[in-house]
Amino acid sequence: MTQQTQRTQQAQQTQETQQTKMNTWVVEAHNLHKTFAWTPVLSDISFRIASAEVVGIFGPNGAGKTTLLRLLAALLTPTSGRLTLFGSASSELAVRRKVGFLGHESYLYPDLTPEENLTFYGKAYRVPDLKGRIAQQLEHVGLQDWRTMPVRYFSRGMEQRLSLARALLHAPDLFLLDEPDTGLDPRAVSILHASLAEAKEQAKTVMLTSHDFERTRELCTRALILHRGRIAWQSEATLPSPQEFVELYTACTR
Amino acid sequence: MDGVRMNTVTSRSGLADSFLPWLTCVAMLAALAMVFLYVPNERVQGEVQRIFYFHLPSAWMAFLGFFIVAGASAAFLWQGKRSADLLAQAAAELGMVFCSLVLLTGPLWARPIWGVWWTWDPRLTMTLVLWLIYAAYVLLRVFAGDNETVARYAAVLGIVGVIDIPLIYISIRLWRGIHPKVEQMAPEMAWTLLVCTGAFVCVFTWLLWLRLRSLHLRDEIRALRQHLVAAS
Amino acid sequence: MWAILWKDLLLELRTKERVSSLFVLALLIILVFVFALTPEQLKQPAFGSALLWVALVFAGMLGIQRALILEQERNCFTGLLLCPIDPGQVFFAKFLSNVFFLTVVEAVVAPLTLALLGLPFSVSLLGLPLVLLCGIVGFSALGTLCAAIAVRTRAREIILPLMLLPLLVPLFIAAVHVTGALLAGEVWTGTWFRVLVAFDVIFVVIGWLTFGFVVQE
Repeated sequence: MTQQTQRTQQAQQTQETQQTKMNTWVVEAHNLHKTFAWTPVLSDISFRIASAEVVGIFGPNGAGKTTLLRLLAALLTPTSGRLTLFGSASSELAVRRKVGFLGHESYLYPDLTPEENLTFYGKAYRVPDLKGRIAQQLEHVGLQDWRTMPVRYFSRGMEQRLSLARALLHAPDLFLLDEPDTGLDPRAVSILHASLAEAKEQAKTVMLTSHDFERTRELCTRALILHRGRIAWQSEATLPSPQEFVELYTACTR
Repeated sequence: MDGVRMNTVTSRSGLADSFLPWLTCVAMLAALAMVFLYVPNERVQGEVQRIFYFHLPSAWMAFLGFFIVAGASAAFLWQGKRSADLLAQAAAELGMVFCSLVLLTGPLWARPIWGVWWTWDPRLTMTLVLWLIYAAYVLLRVFAGDNETVARYAAVLGIVGVIDIPLIYISIRLWRGIHPKVEQMAPEMAWTLLVCTGAFVCVFTWLLWLRLRSLHLRDEIRALRQHLVAAS
Repeated sequence: MWAILWKDLLLELRTKERVSSLFVLALLIILVFVFALTPEQLKQPAFGSALLWVALVFAGMLGIQRALILEQERNCFTGLLLCPIDPGQVFFAKFLSNVFFLTVVEAVVAPLTLALLGLPFSVSLLGLPLVLLCGIVGFSALGTLCAAIAVRTRAREIILPLMLLPLLVPLFIAAVHVTGALLAGEVWTGTWFRVLVAFDVIFVVIGWLTFGFVVQE
């Protein structure tokens, strides 16, 4: 396939998604179950998320937050139930191209430079105009001066920023973040918040897990609380105030 | 809900539990009687040849085990049912037991007849490789723990193992061969072999059943424990 | 797929870890055999062929495992699985990179071995690269699959050879026979060679089809 036809295809795809965004849900989960080591980790998870929503998933450790996010990223397959992203199965390649995932680990090769790491991921995602995009992303996370140093020598904060650049490289329509507020240094946090605000503006959908409601609240348009692998509470049209939420949270996770 | 699920295995076990042990006992006694009292000595090899009536059925059971592993593994990859995974596990363990029996009874016979304990004859080599594949399968489960991922790994190994069997057979066959082939058998011998095989099928099925049930029970115990912890 | 392959080659250029360790290890294995056997024994083609393959299998096993451990360091394999790449393609990329590295190592080790053993040069030796490549292809196919399983278990150093070696038996027999005939200057393109190629095809197809079950969680 030539590059040109690829590009036109991609242009068509984005057009299509913009059309379909209007009438289909970005995420549709219906009766999701997931077991690990033959014990249920998630049970009976159903929710729907429209585009441009920013959804916070809250819950104590071991509630299944990370598992839910990994299911959405197609890193795991549900044991039963139906999960569709953008109207098709989460494992489909076209769907995966639209999903960005920021996990606990950076998924960066320590012996490669930022440029090389991003080039690899960019090629894997078939990002158009890769060079320009990489330069732009590196600048965005403030690493343009470090682009030729192997990631091994990076500080933790730098690696996390690069990881953010990696996750956003292909301009995902659905951005999944696992505990973005733990272990990030202030600079990474401000960059992250800027990226999320930008994503919100561009009507992208964001899902993030957290156990810190206060810090995450201003970002979210919706929230749900997971407890022992079940959805204990889902927000209505408006989010509750922090105090109300804390009360809800303690009531749900008792 | 847990209470309901509890009963499934225990109630299903009733019939098989009362029926299989007796059948196995009778079949095994009959087999022993035929091997030691009924069947005449083989002309050339003498008494030693009687071990053959256990040797050959063991080998068949080892193969049977392998095919159950492959079938159950494929079913597991297809549908992801825990019962298929447990069946594969139980069958692999049993297959390894019978494969070991083949490897033990073989040399006992070979020593007086061939004058050596072991020779690199195709079928011997084949059985040894089979045993090694079984060992890898069982050890993978031991080392890797018990979860869905490992179950899938084991299933892949089980299937690849079975696909590998004919390849091993071809390559070893091309390599060399002296194993006795069963040519014409006296009717008494054929009957004895038949009864012995029947007895071994009984033993195999019974053991498979017991093992399968113990594996299911282990799952239920784990579920109950987690239930207790969660409730506390 | 090419992106993964490109990344693997780049990583190796940066670290030079795989090729160098593989090379030294293969050489050491051969050295052990040279010390253990008498010069007359060493001159026999059968020994030479066995030696080549023993060195390749054992060094190769560690090399394949190393490649996946590298991939695991920052959980990069998860990053790879996030990408919109079909698992079959991930298999082929990993498989081809293993084939490539083993070929590079063998390109040096094999002639060195023949020289060390003092085997006479003959025209049929020109077929050796082809035979070695055939062996490497089958070995890498099963090796990539088994290593993907082993790397995510405890005691992976033990599990990989336990799984891989019995499955490799047919390939090993065929490869040793072809190489033996070749070193002895006999006709080597007969049945064994065809069997070797057939095993290659089967192993690659098996790996390609089952890899998806192994990598997803």
